[in-house]
Amino acid sequence: MEVTLSVSRYDPDSERPETYYQEYGFDIDENATVLDGLIKVREEIDGSLALRCSCRSAICGSCAMRVNGQAMLACNTRLADVQPSNGGPVVVEPAGNMGLVKDLVVEFDLFWDKIRAVKPWLQPEGPEPEAEYLAPSEDMLHLSGVMSCIMCGACVSDCTVLEVDDNFLGPAALAKAYRFVADPRDGADNERLGELNEYGGVWDCTRCMQCVEVCPKDVAPMDRIMAMRDQAMEAGYTNTYGARHAMAFADSIEHSGTLDELRLPIKTFGIFNIKEMIKLAPVGIKAQLAGKRPPIFHKKTPGVENVRRLFEKTEKVENDK
Amino acid sequence: MKYAFYPGCVSRGAAPELYASTMEVAGRLGLELDYEPMKTASCTGSGVLQEKNQRLGDTLNARTFALAERSGLPLLVICSTCQGVMSQANKRLTSDPDYLASVNEDLAEEGLEYKGTIEPKHLMWAIIEDIGIDKLKAAVTRPLTGFKVAPFYGCYIVRPSSALDFDDNPERKDSLERVIEAVGAEVVDFDGKTACCGFPILTINQTASLTMVANHTGEAKHKGAMAMVTPCPLCHLNLDGYQPQASKLRRQEPIDLPIIHFPQMLGLAMGIDPQAMRLNKHIVSTTKLLSTMALTP
Ligand code: SF4
Ligand code: SF4
Ligand code: SF4
Ligand code: FES
Repeated sequence: MEVTLSVSRYDPDSERPETYYQEYGFDIDENATVLDGLIKVREEIDGSLALRCSCRSAICGSCAMRVNGQAMLACNTRLADVQPSNGGPVVVEPAGNMGLVKDLVVEFDLFWDKIRAVKPWLQPEGPEPEAEYLAPSEDMLHLSGVMSCIMCGACVSDCTVLEVDDNFLGPAALAKAYRFVADPRDGADNERLGELNEYGGVWDCTRCMQCVEVCPKDVAPMDRIMAMRDQAMEAGYTNTYGARHAMAFADSIEHSGTLDELRLPIKTFGIFNIKEMIKLAPVGIKAQLAGKRPPIFHKKTPGVENVRRLFEKTEKVENDK
Repeated sequence: MKYAFYPGCVSRGAAPELYASTMEVAGRLGLELDYEPMKTASCTGSGVLQEKNQRLGDTLNARTFALAERSGLPLLVICSTCQGVMSQANKRLTSDPDYLASVNEDLAEEGLEYKGTIEPKHLMWAIIEDIGIDKLKAAVTRPLTGFKVAPFYGCYIVRPSSALDFDDNPERKDSLERVIEAVGAEVVDFDGKTACCGFPILTINQTASLTMVANHTGEAKHKGAMAMVTPCPLCHLNLDGYQPQASKLRRQEPIDLPIIHFPQMLGLAMGIDPQAMRLNKHIVSTTKLLSTMALTP
């Protein structure tokens, strides 16, 4: 199979360090992976290409990079599957949202700082048991979904919030936080949730699902973040914009069957939060001028009592759990 | 082709242009949009309700599906977010018979049951899969030649690809580009086209949200786009409504990129009066764009 790779190159020690793309064409086995291709380039065509890899079996998490614009493990991706249909080259770039070291190698310092920030160790409660800490296998089975994270950084690479705000803890660290919040042996849930409720924590995720899409291990970081939002609200952390938004939203649907946009921002910010209200005002006024404003009287959906009944029912199911 | 029509909250709230333009183009595409079966349907929950209680979200969507099933019509939506939230719920419901049965128990009191036969479909997908690109082309009376437009999908209509059946329907991946080309316009490709508009964190982390708006509209403009088209009214809200503030945040000249709803683009190519599609009601003015293209509002 003929393949052309267009590889992003960068050498900090060169005279003018800047990123450029270099094309490599070669013949390779139908079943070869992107990593096989890159290793072939390094060994047979251009020994100066820097990349990181070890296990070649999607275990060590070293080889996350962007292929055709999306993060994935190079060792887990068949070249045949990513060949563009228009005959163009396969574009290989370093993972995003992390500092560049050289070519396809990125800086993981910030990644680990964030993992450390969520205190990724067990903080058990009460007296130490005589033997080991016991945990129901059901719970551990659930946790194994998160524990399968191999710290490859693919999710961090493509996270849309990290792209604009590097204070965000990000999908990998938050998934790790969930691993302890959901661990029945951990006694620090409340503190953990309190910290995760702060700026940069669970409420800063924009639910874009990039992390779910690119994770090679089905960790689904976003789903874990959503679970922690609910747990934080349940634990009484309700005084954030995010929590108030979620509650106001549910309230609106329960009340009228649909979303009452007009009421939403007011509830989200709290009626007395004048400063935030004014921040919103320019657009509000402009929207009104442009005739975009939703009808002042939010009409109830006919049959809303059925919707309300379902709210009561499922809430009961949740509580019984 | 007749559909049970689910307009979504936003098209009847902050984005009435979407509703108006959908109604304008439907007839010309031979679509009959029946709202009657959906009259008592609730919001999809938009992913926000699901944060608090996923089962509740799934139950409400199962109820909407059951209403559509009862009407015997396929289900049409016009919002990327509705599409994604419904598709995800549908996957969970139809892949787990026990779960579906227990949700149906809750629906039974209202005399409803969801059998699992509904496939919610955005107008954009329906054009390609049910109506046919040829039929769309035939309805075009004024090809948008020279109109350079950047596509912006909205997260929920591209991710997670497993819930959206991209494997079985690979044309869904570039459906927006296909339609842009079918109406004679030119696609301005840019990295941000499948990124997040930032709307969900607008009230939580406004700076991050506005930076996303500035980045995407700025990049598209930089690549030569005269406008951006989106099948998601929530993206429209952020990209259009907050573009002036986003420009300020960057301390730059106004980005000034009109954001067009998907059916508005179709309507322009069908020679429909821009005012009837409320193109004069946008925050970022479309006047200059329309006059450049000799489509005065
Ligand atoms: S869903 Fe949240 S955590 Fe995941 S990539 Fe998007 S913003 Fe980042
Ligand atoms: S969550 Fe998935 S993508 Fe993120 S670091 Fe872990 S394995 Fe990689
Ligand atoms: S996603 Fe949007 S328009 Fe769609 S149902 Fe919900 S809030 Fe309403
Ligand atoms: S080389 Fe180890 S995960 Fe790819």
